[in-house]
Amino acid sequence: MILPGLILIMIYHYGPMAGSVMAFQKFIPARGWFDSAWIGFDNFRYVFDLPNFYQVLWNTVYIATMKIIFGQIVPIVTALLLNELRIMFIKRTIQSLIYLPHFLSWVILGGVLIDILSINGGLVNQLLGLFGIDPVYFLGNNEIFPFILVISDVWKEFGFATIIYLAALTSINQTLYEAAVVDGANRLRQTWHITLPGLTPIIVLLAILNLGNILNAGFEQVFNLYSPAVYESSDIIDTLVYRVGLLQAQYAVATAIGLFKSVISFILISISYYLAYRLANYRIF
Amino acid sequence: MAILCLIPLIHTLAISFSSNVAVVSSQVILWPVDFTLDSYDYVLKNNQFTQSLLITMKRVALGIIINMFLTMLIAYPLSKEAKSFKWRTVYAWVFVFTMLFSGGLIPVYMVVRATGLLDSIWALILPGAVPVFNVVLLLNFFRGLPKELEEAAFIDGAGHWVTLWKVYVPLSVPALVTVGLFVIVGHWNSWFDGIIYMNSSENYPLQSYLRTVVVERSMSSISFSDIQKEVGRINDRTLKAAQIFLAALPILILYPFLQKYFMKGIVLGSVKG
Repeated sequence: MILPGLILIMIYHYGPMAGSVMAFQKFIPARGWFDSAWIGFDNFRYVFDLPNFYQVLWNTVYIATMKIIFGQIVPIVTALLLNELRIMFIKRTIQSLIYLPHFLSWVILGGVLIDILSINGGLVNQLLGLFGIDPVYFLGNNEIFPFILVISDVWKEFGFATIIYLAALTSINQTLYEAAVVDGANRLRQTWHITLPGLTPIIVLLAILNLGNILNAGFEQVFNLYSPAVYESSDIIDTLVYRVGLLQAQYAVATAIGLFKSVISFILISISYYLAYRLANYRIF
Repeated sequence: MAILCLIPLIHTLAISFSSNVAVVSSQVILWPVDFTLDSYDYVLKNNQFTQSLLITMKRVALGIIINMFLTMLIAYPLSKEAKSFKWRTVYAWVFVFTMLFSGGLIPVYMVVRATGLLDSIWALILPGAVPVFNVVLLLNFFRGLPKELEEAAFIDGAGHWVTLWKVYVPLSVPALVTVGLFVIVGHWNSWFDGIIYMNSSENYPLQSYLRTVVVERSMSSISFSDIQKEVGRINDRTLKAAQIFLAALPILILYPFLQKYFMKGIVLGSVKG
């Protein structure tokens, strides 16, 4: 019963893993994996000597970390605020609205962002114009672009995370709040002393699980929004692999970069799952 | 704040219904100015748009059949206890390992090329035909079903196949719908595989085609002289906006269901056996 799935997994997942050995070859497509010459770590040496490799690595970690941090804080704050709303209907409506972008692809959201951030007549620049600010080239400015990436990523995903936090909020024991009211705590103090500590386990769990994403700066997003003008601040490992591998056809070099990323990610994910298992008794299956 | 999240989307929608002149003179904010359907009319008459739409529909249909079928076939045996299925843990790890480690973009591309799928719709389906995450979801759901049902089925002489189809599947409808929606949204939204595996843009699925129009800023697919023939009621921006909206439309229609079942999915995913 398991066989058809197993075969496909073997071909399209384990096949490429085995194919990764080309990172150690002077790979020539016509010769394939079996007849290309072995050159040890030369491809890796070449990659580490690339002038922009460390910049790319830094961009990746920087953008990913910012996304992880803001991707946690914004939903927590939103969940706390929504939790204060007493009217169920409004609460549900807001939840539905902020959750929507999660289901749209980065092509669609990228198209929307390119339009509203455009320098000729984009919505945001029109607004800035009302305050007498000159148009800003948001998608072409190395100082602003990483923030655009972080903000738009939070925009897409925070509704999803908010729902997880709201679910966790419902599991906090209501008698604690009643006790706090008796002790004269106002809503702010209740939030600080009961709600936040109640959320801590899930916050820690999500933070640990995010550890494995530290080299995932969001290929689909960056790829749809960046341009050569902002390579300096936004070229990430995955986009580099794409350009080196598929556009310049340096297959072995690109594989070496990809393998470098896969191995580090694998180690990080293993650590994070182990920690999650030990600290929160979290298991995937 | 919730409204703020939607403003970019509403703005795009408003542009798609507005006329060329109103958009160029920046009158459009959140409500269409000088309402017109010309952009939609033009887009729907565009061959490349409709063709890529057909490819996407075909891909979603094939994808959902194959993905769901394989997901069930894998989740069922893996949901058994280790004592009735000896290699269960080994098989489970073979699948889960692919979630943790991947060969990377280039080797995957080489394998797809080596298996002769380039430029064929199967390149968009087979490499992702086993969605391991969904398998784990369904596996956890199967495990939550009472074991007595299975035992009863066996006593009545049913084999594993019959038990899966007649007992497990009917009981798992909510979980299956959740997984099915994951698959539909995933296939509808994916664009990158279309771009790398299709050499000719005639074979692009909708989102890949859309990317060439709205992101690469190339108007090669719709030439400007054509547009000028069209009385000047539409322009580059209204056309892009109309295509963006059309590509998002199915998701918007599905959205109420998505919301309901994705919530369930989160719950399913978080209640681990």
